[in-house]
Amino acid sequence: MYTRLVDRLTDLAIAGFLWGLRLAVVAVVVVGSFLTLTSGKYQTETWADLISFGLVLGSIYALIALGYTMVYGILRMINFAHGEIFMCGAFGGYFTATALGQSGFLHQGPVNALISVAIIMLVAAAVSTSVALLVERIAYRPLRAAPRLVPLISAIGASFFLQYSVKGLFGPGIYAYPDVAVLKELAPVPIFHFRWMDLLVILAAVAMMAGLYLFVMRTKIGTAIRAVSEDKATAALMGIDVNRAIVTTFAVGAAMAGAAGALYGLKFSTINFFSGFYPGIKAFTAAVLGGIGNVPGAMLGGLLLGQVESLGPTLFLDGLEVPAPNQLKDAIAFIMLVMVLIFRPSGLLGERITGQRT
Amino acid sequence: MTTAAVASAGQPGAWMGALRVGLIGSAVALYVSLNGIVPIFHARPLIQGTISLGQTALVLTFLATGFLATRRAPPGAAMTLATAALAGAASGVSLSVLLLVGQLAGIDVRAVFIQASPVLYEVLTVGAGEAGFWIPIAAGAIIGTAAGAVSLLPRRFAHPLLSGLLSVLIVGLFASILRTPMLGGPLQGLARFLFAADGLTREGAIIAFAGAVVLRILWPQARLRERAAELPDAQRRRLIVPLIGLGLLFVAVLPQMLGPFFAHVVAFVALYILMGFGLNITLGLAGLLDLGFVAFFAVGAYTVGLFTSLSELGLFTGSPCLALWDGFAVCPQYFWFALPLAILLAMAFGAFLGLPILGIRGDYLAIATLGFGEIIRILAGSDLLLPWLGGPQGVINIPKPIDAAPGTPLAGAFQIYYIGLVCAAVIWFVAIRLRDSRLGRAWIAIREDEDVAEALGVSLVQTKLLAYMLGAAFAGLGGAVFAGLIGAVFYTDINLFVSINVVALIIVGGMGSFPGVVVGAIFLIGLPELFREFAEYRFLFYGMALVAMMVYRPGGLLPSRIAERELHVPEAAERPDPGAVPAGEPAG
Repeated sequence: MYTRLVDRLTDLAIAGFLWGLRLAVVAVVVVGSFLTLTSGKYQTETWADLISFGLVLGSIYALIALGYTMVYGILRMINFAHGEIFMCGAFGGYFTATALGQSGFLHQGPVNALISVAIIMLVAAAVSTSVALLVERIAYRPLRAAPRLVPLISAIGASFFLQYSVKGLFGPGIYAYPDVAVLKELAPVPIFHFRWMDLLVILAAVAMMAGLYLFVMRTKIGTAIRAVSEDKATAALMGIDVNRAIVTTFAVGAAMAGAAGALYGLKFSTINFFSGFYPGIKAFTAAVLGGIGNVPGAMLGGLLLGQVESLGPTLFLDGLEVPAPNQLKDAIAFIMLVMVLIFRPSGLLGERITGQRT
Repeated sequence: MTTAAVASAGQPGAWMGALRVGLIGSAVALYVSLNGIVPIFHARPLIQGTISLGQTALVLTFLATGFLATRRAPPGAAMTLATAALAGAASGVSLSVLLLVGQLAGIDVRAVFIQASPVLYEVLTVGAGEAGFWIPIAAGAIIGTAAGAVSLLPRRFAHPLLSGLLSVLIVGLFASILRTPMLGGPLQGLARFLFAADGLTREGAIIAFAGAVVLRILWPQARLRERAAELPDAQRRRLIVPLIGLGLLFVAVLPQMLGPFFAHVVAFVALYILMGFGLNITLGLAGLLDLGFVAFFAVGAYTVGLFTSLSELGLFTGSPCLALWDGFAVCPQYFWFALPLAILLAMAFGAFLGLPILGIRGDYLAIATLGFGEIIRILAGSDLLLPWLGGPQGVINIPKPIDAAPGTPLAGAFQIYYIGLVCAAVIWFVAIRLRDSRLGRAWIAIREDEDVAEALGVSLVQTKLLAYMLGAAFAGLGGAVFAGLIGAVFYTDINLFVSINVVALIIVGGMGSFPGVVVGAIFLIGLPELFREFAEYRFLFYGMALVAMMVYRPGGLLPSRIAERELHVPEAAERPDPGAVPAGEPAG
């Protein structure tokens, strides 16, 4: 009786604590937004700029998030090295872009610029895919049957190995993609100050996501991937090559991340060996936010996270007179991550994961 | 395994197997060359005038390739040698191609790979210039054959030989650390005879080799362990007590002989041992992977920093002390006053961060805690907390716990060495008692299966919270010692790498194993601190170590007894001894 009372009380205390946490976050968001909006410090234009920036950022997060979500869907494993695979793609794209820039091809009019961007993205996707397949073969495949923490730790190891390999091979410095003047011009869009580059990023992301959706839903191997995510053993009994489905998942996810890496480089210009880490974690946040294993969810999560990160510091914190709110933009993303994991681990659109949850 | 399949497929299969091993070796050789290990460490001799560390890395790669190839060789000495030679030669191919492309064809490889410098080409061709592009293949073949020859030797010869080579490698690596203290004392002449300014002299190498060979031959004959086991209990105890005493005396005197740098490194190791014991409770026993362990370290460090700092951020600068009796007073700015508070605050923080994440499943937990760690790091450096934590300026001017004049045995890093080691010893005792308690068994139970544990009456909430809180307490103690050691706390010290260091040392040492934490800390924290020149490659090595450990030895170097029992599946018996896997292999 006594222990039961204690248990009841602890449960109550924990529930109260969690509610307090929710209320605190909601209070900061609501009060902060209200104060910021009523202060009249910012014009509509500023908000439009922030929203368009968030859209671009969110598209890139969404592309990376697809890889997380697909791998998690099929292997129930957080591919911690996915951010590094994105970064490797960005490096592949950098060397291609530099070569194209030096040959002058990149700067000869809008058509050549578009062709160049396509080449850069393809090379980046190819680099990322090769790295991902290598990592899968060496660090993940031997551990498929192991308890869950084991592949996660191996993935963390792979992540560091890739980061410091890139640092050793290409140097610790910051690499700047060449400027493509044509793409930096303003596009004719009302209110939102999109540059052509921004539109390109958004359109490319949408096209790739649509392509991926069709690939997963309509093709034979896509069906195989879905079947393996559902139940590996049964899929194998139905004559599906499980290994091939898993490898394809890694390859497709990595190709998306690689292309995203090229777009990231073209948009934000500078990359270094550590550039993959934070985008990776944020993309994971996006994947969880949308519901892990859920492809449309990853897209939605990415776009939402992009907006929160872009608008959040100004909207939530500026009104509360927090000094230098932009320093805290990563903290906002991480708080969102933790909040989602605590309060809605199945995400906005729900997980597409069957089987036990441990 | 594929070994049987290859052997049964006959000789062409065997050659292909050798070629495959050779190609993997080739990739590794190219990798160590281009990521800078070969050219950078070419500047650091292993044996003065004979071989540099950079060359050693290549030689080891070729040796490992040769050894691995012989495992799949068809029977017969000649075949073994031929296989090893083929694999060795194949492992040199990529380097020769690099030389052809970079040197003969004159393509600027360096535009992409910054380490493809003339220095690298010089190492690869042993100074022969452009005409020497074939040298890596030849060297690979020769060294591979040598590896094959060693594999043919009977054990009684091969083992002493390998021990000798290993000893040269180790003594060569430690040369400058051994040499510096010897130079100051009566051993000066010996130091100059054995060691060059960097690395060994040739005489020193021969002595190191011969010494190890002799020891390896004599060791089995001494049968020390068996003889000790044969002794009656009382006699053994009489032997053990003085031995422990001698060991303690050695530990106490060691830093005084080797100087403050060594004391600093050991103090650092001790502080990671403290944190390792803490995470070993959370991760090793309770199975909760915490990637934000740095948060508790930060709480400990900032608490001690803010309490004791003499700068304007110090909370109690100039506040009066409470005199208890003659010559003894309690001041809030004392380290010893702040220390328990730091531990308590870290525990409270552990509960605070642990509460919301109680219900999160295993792998999500890792990411959530990673998020916590990052939030703390960002907050510590932000303008928001600048007035209290000093932001980028940090909390500086933290006095040492014991007020000792420079030059005395307790000055500077020395006292932290002793404090750290004493804390580590106490915490070790506490941790072992915790593990063997009812609580410890509950931790292990929830690690194995939460549902079953709950059904058997383990309170998940209490058990998990206590795991977080006690882990946090140890980390807080680590942070407190850190503040005392460095004398300042900057927000840049609060980073993800602290958490990763601790996780890595536990994984390498063996999850749930307390001696493993010590071994892991010595390997992963001590060695990189001692060899500053390797600092660049520290996290590369961590990454490799984590993957290799998970794939080959998930129990760690010193697995805990429970883990050993669990992981000892029948299949493991077929695997080659993981200890014998050459260092170069996991990189492939």
